[in-house]
Amino acid sequence: MVKIKSSEELIQKHEAEHKCLDKKFHCEPGKKAIVVCGGTGCLSSDSREILERFHHLIKEHHLEDKVTANIVGCFGFCSQGPFVKVFPEDTLYTKVKVEDCEEIIEKDIMDGKVVERLLFVDPLTHHKVAQQHEIPFYKLQKRDIALKGNAEINPEDINEALGQGAFLALNKALHMDPQEVIDEVLKSGLRGRGGAGFPTGRKWQFAHDVKCDEKYVVCNGDEGDPGAFMDRSIIEGNPINVIEGMMIEGYAIGAQNGYFYIRAEYPVAVARLKNAIKQCEEMGLLGDHILGTDFSFHCHIRLGAGAFVCGEETALLNSIEGKRGMPRPRPPFPAVKGLWDKPSVINNVETLANVPYILLHGSEAYASIGTEKSKGTKVFALGGKVNNVGLVEVPMGITLRQLIFDIGGGIPNGKKFKAIQTGGPSGGCLTEKDLDTPIDYDNLIAAGSMMGSGGAIVMDEDNCMVDVAKFYMTFICDESCGKCSPCRIGTKRCLELLTKITDGKGTMEDLDELKSLANVIKSNSLCGLGQTAPNPILSTMNAFYDEYVAHIKDKRCPAHVCKNLMQYKIIEDRCVGCGMCARNCPASAIAKTDIVPVGKSESMPLRVHRINPDNCVKCGLCIANCRFGAIIKD
Amino acid sequence: MSLVNIKIDGKDFQVESGLTILEAARKCGFIIPSLCAFNNGKCSRASCRVCLVEVKGARGLVASCVYPVAEGMEISISSSKAVEARRASVELILSNHHKNCLQCEKNGHCELLEVSKMVGARDHMYEGEQTPATIDELAPGLIRDTSKCILCGRCIERCKEAQGISILGFENRGFQTIVSPVGNRSFATSPCLQCGQCVNVCPTGALMEKSEIAKVDEAFKAGKKVIVQTAPAVRAAIAEEFGEKIGTPGTGKMVAALHRLGFYRVFDTNFAADLTIMEEAHELLDRIKKGGVLPQITSCSPGWINYLEYYAPELIPNVSTCKSPHMMMGAIIKTYFAKHHDLDPKDIFVVSIMPCTAKKYERQRSQMPDDVDAVLTTRELARMIKRSGINWAKLPEEEFDPDLLGDYSGAGVIFGVTGGVMEAALRTAYYWLTGKEYGKIEFHEVRGQEAIKEADINIEGTVVKVAVTSGMKNAKVLLDQIKEGKSPYAFIEIMCCPGGCINGGGQPYVKPLFLVNEDDNILETYRAKRASVLYKEDGRQVIRQSHNNKDIQKLYKDFLGEPGSELAEELLHTSYSSDREKYPESK
Repeated sequence: MVKIKSSEELIQKHEAEHKCLDKKFHCEPGKKAIVVCGGTGCLSSDSREILERFHHLIKEHHLEDKVTANIVGCFGFCSQGPFVKVFPEDTLYTKVKVEDCEEIIEKDIMDGKVVERLLFVDPLTHHKVAQQHEIPFYKLQKRDIALKGNAEINPEDINEALGQGAFLALNKALHMDPQEVIDEVLKSGLRGRGGAGFPTGRKWQFAHDVKCDEKYVVCNGDEGDPGAFMDRSIIEGNPINVIEGMMIEGYAIGAQNGYFYIRAEYPVAVARLKNAIKQCEEMGLLGDHILGTDFSFHCHIRLGAGAFVCGEETALLNSIEGKRGMPRPRPPFPAVKGLWDKPSVINNVETLANVPYILLHGSEAYASIGTEKSKGTKVFALGGKVNNVGLVEVPMGITLRQLIFDIGGGIPNGKKFKAIQTGGPSGGCLTEKDLDTPIDYDNLIAAGSMMGSGGAIVMDEDNCMVDVAKFYMTFICDESCGKCSPCRIGTKRCLELLTKITDGKGTMEDLDELKSLANVIKSNSLCGLGQTAPNPILSTMNAFYDEYVAHIKDKRCPAHVCKNLMQYKIIEDRCVGCGMCARNCPASAIAKTDIVPVGKSESMPLRVHRINPDNCVKCGLCIANCRFGAIIKD
Repeated sequence: MSLVNIKIDGKDFQVESGLTILEAARKCGFIIPSLCAFNNGKCSRASCRVCLVEVKGARGLVASCVYPVAEGMEISISSSKAVEARRASVELILSNHHKNCLQCEKNGHCELLEVSKMVGARDHMYEGEQTPATIDELAPGLIRDTSKCILCGRCIERCKEAQGISILGFENRGFQTIVSPVGNRSFATSPCLQCGQCVNVCPTGALMEKSEIAKVDEAFKAGKKVIVQTAPAVRAAIAEEFGEKIGTPGTGKMVAALHRLGFYRVFDTNFAADLTIMEEAHELLDRIKKGGVLPQITSCSPGWINYLEYYAPELIPNVSTCKSPHMMMGAIIKTYFAKHHDLDPKDIFVVSIMPCTAKKYERQRSQMPDDVDAVLTTRELARMIKRSGINWAKLPEEEFDPDLLGDYSGAGVIFGVTGGVMEAALRTAYYWLTGKEYGKIEFHEVRGQEAIKEADINIEGTVVKVAVTSGMKNAKVLLDQIKEGKSPYAFIEIMCCPGGCINGGGQPYVKPLFLVNEDDNILETYRAKRASVLYKEDGRQVIRQSHNNKDIQKLYKDFLGEPGSELAEELLHTSYSSDREKYPESK
C-alpha cells in the first residue's frame, strides 16, 4: 500500500476514493453494485455464503464488468436479515437465502426488475417496500454519526473508509492545538455512551492536565449488557471510524498508545479491527509521525476476559494488565493513575465513534442535534416484545413512544405494552407514563432508569416484573466480581428474597427488607456495577409494587410467569377431547376423564382431559399443542 | 510535610496531607472500624466497605481507607447515614460467616467480632446461603477455612508483599468467590512457604496455624518426659498475649509458666543457636579457606528453605547445611542429654515453642529425623497457659533449667531478629580468625529493619562482605545476584519473615484495632520494639559469644569433638531437595 505522508496526500487519496465510492453508489448506466450485510447476525444466517454465491454467479454469467459485490457492516434491522442491497436503485432485499442469489442476479442485475418476493413487507400496511429509507424502521433514524458507514462501506477495505472521509477529522485535529480539540469536544456536549454519561471533554481535560510523558487511551468494547450489541456493530461496520476517534483523543490528551479492550465473544469485530489497524499501519496512518506531524500513535487490541465486570473501567484496566478483573478504588482516578499507573482515559466504542463527526462538522453542528443536556445521537439495541428488533441510531430527545411504536413497530400479537427496560442490569423499567418522555441522560435517570450503554428491552403484559427483577439479579449475582461485600453478598441476599417471593413464600417484611437491602448495596458498593445493581429491583418495586404484593399476599403471579404460582388448566367447555395435549405431555400429567366434550356424542371415544397438577412440570407444551385454546395458565 | 485543616464530626483538626481519612481519624482520636484495611492504615482494596464515612460534597459515602484528606474537608463518622452504612456492611459480611465463635481459636483476636460490636451489628439481620466450609488442613503448618473467610484480601497482599510469591488469590467470582491457592489447591500441594504471614493478618479464623497442642497433651498423658525449648523470638512477644505492651520482655514469666505446665525440662533454644554458630561459622571459614561455594547463606529459617527448594534449587550449594537451632536442640536432647541421664530417647518428647508455622513443617521433613515431636507457636503456648489457669500477671520470673544444655550466650538471643544470626556468626568468626574477641562485641552494621543491609566487616585486614535480608521478596534481589554470578558477598543471612523471627507467622497478632494504647503507627514500629527486647537481653549477658558458652564447650569436649566432626555432621547437619515439585498431584 502507498503510504500517506501528509495532509495533502490524505486529501488527494480521499478525493480519488470518494469518486470510486460515488461511482459505486450512483453507478454509471448499465452498472450495478451489490452489498451484503456482514454483521454478526447476518453472518450467522449465511451472509458470507451469499456473498460467495454472488461472486460465483457473477463469474458464471460473465458479469464482472457490470456488477460488483462486497460485504458491508450491519443494517441494524436484524430480525429481517440477511440483507442484500442493490445500487444504484437502492433496492433492499430482506431475509435472503443462498438459493435466492440466482434470482437476484438474473432478474434484478440482468433484467433490471425487482425481485418482489424478497422485499420488506410493512406489518401494518402489508405493503411491499423496495427502498431502505421508505421502511418505517429507518424513517426516524439518524444513522450517520456513530453508525456512519455501516451498511455502506466495506469494513475490510480502508480505501472505502478513506473515500467516505476517514482521517479528515484527525487531519483537522492535527492542525489544532490539543486544548482546542478538547474545547471542541467540550462544546459539542458529547457525553460518555458507556452508561454514566460523564462529559467526554472533561474526562479528556483531566488527563490532558496531568503532566506525564506516558499516557494511554483505552477503548472500552467489553459490551456486556444482556441483549446489547451497539459496540459490536459499530466496530464491525466501520472500525476505522473508532480508530480515528481514538487517535484524536490520543492527540488531545498527549497519549501515544491506545488499547482496544474488546469482548472475546466478538470474533468478527476483533478480526475487522485487527485488519483495519494493519491497513492503517501499512498506509502510515498509524505509527510514527502521522501525516508528517510529530504525532505518533499505536493501537493495540486486548481480548476481554469474559466477565461483565471487566466493562467497569478500573476492572478493565486490571484486566489489560493481566490481572484479575476487579475494580480499583477511586481515588486515584484513572485520569491520574490508570493503565500501568499512568494517566489514562477510558472511552466507550460509541463515544469514540462520535468524535470524528464532531471534529469534521464542528461542535455546533453536533450540538444542534439532541436535547439541551444530551447532544448527538444514541444507538440502541431494541429488543424484546417489539415487532422490529434491531439496532437503531436516533437523535437524543426522541420519545420512547417513537422508539417503540414508530421505529420498533409496536408490540407483536396485539399485546399491551407494559414496560421498557433500559440501561441493562444497571438500569430500570420505564412504563406507559414515561412513553412521551424525550430520551436523554437526565430524563431517564429522573424517570428511575438510565441510558446505560443502549440496551432497550420491551416488555408486554406477559412479562412478570418480579421475574424480570429476578432475571437481572441472577445475572448480577453471577457477574459480581466478588471483591466488595455489599455487592457479593447483598445481591445474593436480594436474589434469595426474590426467589422466595416468586416461589410464593414471601412475606411483606421480605419486601421491606428487599428495599432496604437494595439501598444498602446502592450506597455501600465499591464500583458502578454494585452501586447500580439494585436498580432493576428498585424501579420495578416502584412502578409495579402491586405485582410484588400479588405474589406475596395472593400467592399469584399476575403475568402467569412464576411457575410456582401458576397452574395449567383445561377448560372443560372448550376441550374437544382430541388428546393432543396428553400425547405431547412429557410428564404424563394429562389424563382423560369420563366427561363427554360439549357437542360430541357419547358413542365417540373423545373425552374431556384434565391436568394433574402434582405431575405437571409447567413446560407449556400442552398449550402449544392445543388447537382449541382450551388450556390456560391460571 | 504540609498540613491540612479538616473537620471530623464538627471538630477542627490539623493533619498531615497525604493521609487517608482512616489514618487521619486515628491520629485525631477516632477509630473507624475496618476489615480489609488495618484501621490505622492505608488500603489498596477498599473492599470490605466497613470504613464508610460521609464527606461533605462527595458523591455518596466514601471508603475512608483510600480517600485522602484534603484542605477544608468535612468528615462525618457519626452521622446516622454513615453509622447505618457501616453496620449494614458488617451485617452482610456476618450473613456469610461461619459464626462458631465460641469454639473458634481466633476468638479474642477476631477483628470481625470486634468490629461487629463496634458497629452494633444486629442478630441475623440478613440470612441465606453461606459459603460451604472447605477446610484445607493438609499442610503441616496452616489451616484455611473458606466458611470463615470474609475475602478482605489482606492475606493475598501480605503473601505478595512479604514473600513476593502470591500463593493466595481470589478464585471464582460473585458469591462463589473464595481465597485460595491457585486452582483451589491445598497449601500442601502449592509452593507455599508455610511462613504464616497470611495467618498474622487474617482478621477472622479463616487462616490459622495447625495446632499441635493436642499432641503435647497426649505426650503428657502417655507419661513421656516432655522437654520444652523456646526460641529467642518467643520471649520478645509472648507478654503481648497477656495484655502487656509491645516490647515487654517475657522471658522469666514464660519460663515460670512452662515450669507450671509440668515440662520435664525447660530449655532455651539459644543454647542450640550457639551450637548453630559453632557449626555455621566453621562451615563458612572452611568454605573461605578451601575455596568452597560462596556466598554461604544461613539455613535457620524453614520458610526460606522452602523458598530455596521451590524457587531457587540451583542455589542449594550456597546454603549452609546446618539444621535450624531447634532441630539441633532436638538431636542433642535425644542423644547427648538422653545418654547423660540414661533416658531412652523414645521416652522423651521434645516440644519446640517457636514464633513460626514453618517449623511445624520443618520437623516433618523427610530429611529430618524425629528429634522434635511437636512445634507450638507463641500463640499456642499462650493458649496453653491461659487454659491452665495461670495468671500471667502474678507469675514470678524464673530461670531456664541449668541442666547440661542450660547455658546460653547473648549471641544466641539475637537469632530472633533479622541480622542476629549474622552478628552472632561474626562475633565467633572474628575470634577464630584473629584469636581474640572483637572489642566492640556488637556489629551495628547488620542491625535494623531495612530490607537489605550490607556491610564490609574488616577482620584485622581481611574484609568480609556480608548482607542481611528478610522477607523473600527482598531476598530475591540477593538471590538473583548469585544466580547471575554477580554476588559480591561471602555470607548472607536470609530470614523468611520480614524483620526476622520476631515477626514470625506464629507470633502474637499485631492488630491496631485491639491496640488502642499503642502508637498509632504501631504497624511500623512493633518489629523494632520486639527486636529491642532481644538486643537488651544480649546486652545484659555476661557471655556474648557462642564459642564462650560453657555448656557448648563441654558438649564438644565430651561428645561432638570439633565443629564439623563426623558426629556433628550426622546430628547437626541436613540436606535439601533439588527436585521438589511445586504442584504435586493432590495428596
